[in-house]
Amino acid sequence: MSDQKNRQNAGKDLPQDGSGSDSIKGTSRRSFLRAGAASSLAMGAGLLTGQKVVAAGAGDPAILELQDWNQYLGEGVDARPYGTPSPFEEQVVRRNVPWLTADPVSSVNFTPLHDLDGIITPNGLCFERHHAGIAEVDPSQHRLMIHGMVDKPLVFTMEDLKRFPRENHAYFLECAANSGMEWRGAQLNGCQFTHGMVHNVMYTGVRLSHLLAEAGVKPKGSWLLAEGADSSTMTRSIPMEKALEDCLVAFAMNGEALRPEQGYPVRLVVPGWEGNMWVKWLRRLEIGDAPWQHREETSKYTDLMADGRARRFTWVMDAKSVITNPSPQAPLMHDKGQTVLTGLAWSGRGTIARVDVSLDGGKNWHTARLDGPSLDKSLHRFYFDFNWDGQPLLLQSRAIDSTGYVQPTKSALRSVRGENSIYHNNGIQTWHVKAPGEVENVEVT
Amino acid sequence: MSKLLKASIAALLLSSLTLPVFAEGLGLGRVASDDEIAAWDIDVRPDGMGLPQGSGTVTEGEEVFAERCAVCHGDFGEGVDRWPVLSGGQDSLTDDRPVKTIGSYWPYLSTVYDYINRAMPFGESQSLTPDEIYGITAYLLYMNDIVTDEEFELSKQNFASVRMPNEDNFFFDPRPDTPIFNADDPCMSDCKSEVTVTSRARILDVTPDAEESGSGSID
Repeated sequence: MSDQKNRQNAGKDLPQDGSGSDSIKGTSRRSFLRAGAASSLAMGAGLLTGQKVVAAGAGDPAILELQDWNQYLGEGVDARPYGTPSPFEEQVVRRNVPWLTADPVSSVNFTPLHDLDGIITPNGLCFERHHAGIAEVDPSQHRLMIHGMVDKPLVFTMEDLKRFPRENHAYFLECAANSGMEWRGAQLNGCQFTHGMVHNVMYTGVRLSHLLAEAGVKPKGSWLLAEGADSSTMTRSIPMEKALEDCLVAFAMNGEALRPEQGYPVRLVVPGWEGNMWVKWLRRLEIGDAPWQHREETSKYTDLMADGRARRFTWVMDAKSVITNPSPQAPLMHDKGQTVLTGLAWSGRGTIARVDVSLDGGKNWHTARLDGPSLDKSLHRFYFDFNWDGQPLLLQSRAIDSTGYVQPTKSALRSVRGENSIYHNNGIQTWHVKAPGEVENVEVT
Repeated sequence: MSKLLKASIAALLLSSLTLPVFAEGLGLGRVASDDEIAAWDIDVRPDGMGLPQGSGTVTEGEEVFAERCAVCHGDFGEGVDRWPVLSGGQDSLTDDRPVKTIGSYWPYLSTVYDYINRAMPFGESQSLTPDEIYGITAYLLYMNDIVTDEEFELSKQNFASVRMPNEDNFFFDPRPDTPIFNADDPCMSDCKSEVTVTSRARILDVTPDAEESGSGSID
C-alpha cells in the first residue's frame, strides 16, 4: 500500500502546467519527445535507422492491453525464501553430452555461456565434473588433515578453518579438456559444449600457506597431495611453490556456501591451473618430497603428442577466448543493423590485455571493448558493437594476455601437438553466421 | 625446472615476508593421532611408499577381476560400452586413434594399485583387501604381456622392481609452445588472401538432441 501511495504522490509532484521551478525540465522533455516524433515521421528517419514505424491508431498489444502483472497482486515475501530465476529463463541450464562418458555419475556438464553476461557465473550454472557423483557431505562430520613432512600433523574442523584470516578472489576454473572434443575439427554446435567447461566465481577462503605454516612444512617438503572425500577419493600432486603462492582453501562461492556439486563444504582453489587440481570435498593434504604420479596426473591430464610421447604436469591454462553471442545456440535473431557481439577471455598467466575480433574469418581484426573488472586469472568480458550488413560472417576472437601471449589458431596448435592431446585446446574458435537465426561451428583456412 | 626453482624461492621469500604473524602459528586445529593418519593415508608412490603388506598371483587376481571388475572392463580388460579399456593398445600411441591402456600408456605400476584401492570397484570403493588388489594388479600385468607367467606373484617386496614399458615417454610441460613472435603487433588487416570453410559441426551432427555420437574424451 505504501508503495502505491508513494507512486501517486510522486505523480502529483510532476510539473503539470509549465509553472514552478521544476517546469523547465519537464516542459523541455515533452517538447523534445514531440519534436523527435514529428521529425522522425516527417523525414522517414525511422526507416533510415532501421527503427520500425507503427501506424497511428494501432499499436503494440504489450502496451495497448492490460497485462495480468499490471493488474493483480504478486506473491509475497514468504513465497520464495531462496529465490530462483523467472520461469521465462527455464532454458538457461547446464547440459550434458551423453555420448562422452559411460555414466552420468562420472561425467561432466557444461555452463550455458551463451545465456550469461558479465564475468560472474551464477552458482547453479557452474559446470560440474564428478568422478563418483556429488558427495553430500555433512559439514559437522568433515575434517581436513595435514600430515606427512610437517612438524605437527593437524586436523581442522570447518569451524577451525573459518578462524584463519579470510580472502576474496574471483578466479576462473577451466577443465583442461575444455574444447577437447574439437581437436579433430568442428564437432559440437554451441559454445556451451565447445567452451562450457569453465566458470568464474568469487571465492571466499583462507590461504593454503596459512594452513601449511600452522603445521610447519619440513625443508624437504616440496610437493603436496590434495585428496577429496568423495567415493573417487580424487587426488592430485601440487608443487609446493604453487601451494604457497596463491592457493586457497575455499568454503564460499559468490557469497554463499559452496554448492555440493562444487565441493561443499570445502574445496581447493588453484588459480590459473587446470580444474582437475581444484580438489572438491577436500579432506587431506599430505606433504612429501616427490609427486605421487596418481591416475589423474599420469593416465589422465597428460597430453599425448603426435610422436607418441606425452607431456606431463601441464598445469597452466593458456590464454583463450570465445564469442558467446552470436553463437550456434544464440543466433542473431534480428535483420541487418546495430548488433552487439560479446564474449569471454581468460588466461592462467594473469589478466587479459586485449581481445581482437574478426568478422571475416581472420582476414581483418578489430580491437574489442573490454568491460567490467580486469582481475588476475579471472574471466574478462568483451564487446564489439557493429552495424551488421546482413551478409554471412565468419566470427573469431583472439585474446592477448598480460604476458604478451597471443591465443593461437587451431592449426598452429595442431602443427605442434597433433590431434590426440585431448587437453589444453585454446585455439581460436570460428562461428559461421549464415543468416538471421543460423550460426554454425566451423573451421576455416 | 630452473624456472620452477626460481618461482619456489620467490614464493618462499614472499610468504615469509607477508606472514610474520604466523611464525608462531595461530593455535588452530589439533594434532592428528597416528591411527587417524593411518586411516586416511592410503596413497602409494612409484618408489613403493605407502604399499601395505600383502601379495597376490595372476591366477588369484583373475578370479577377483571376473567377479568385481569384468562387468565394466570386460573379462580381458577390453572395456564394455564406454568404460575404460585396460589392456592392449601397445604400439598404438602414434596411431590416428591411439588406445591408451595400463599396458600401452601408464608410466607407473603404483598408479594401478593406488587407483584400484582408492576408487574401485566403481561405487564400492575401498572394499578390496590388499591381497586382492595385488592379485588384480598382477592379472592386469599379465593381460598386458608385461608378465607372462600365470603363477607370477606380485607383493610389497617385488612391486617397485616392475617397470612399465611407457615410463620414459613422458616429459615436462614445454609450453608456451606456439609462436608468439608477433605478440606486440599481431596482424590486424589483410592477414590472409582467402578464407574458406574447412570443417563444419553439422556434418558430424553430434550435438545433444542429434542422433549420432561423436568422438573424443573429456579425460
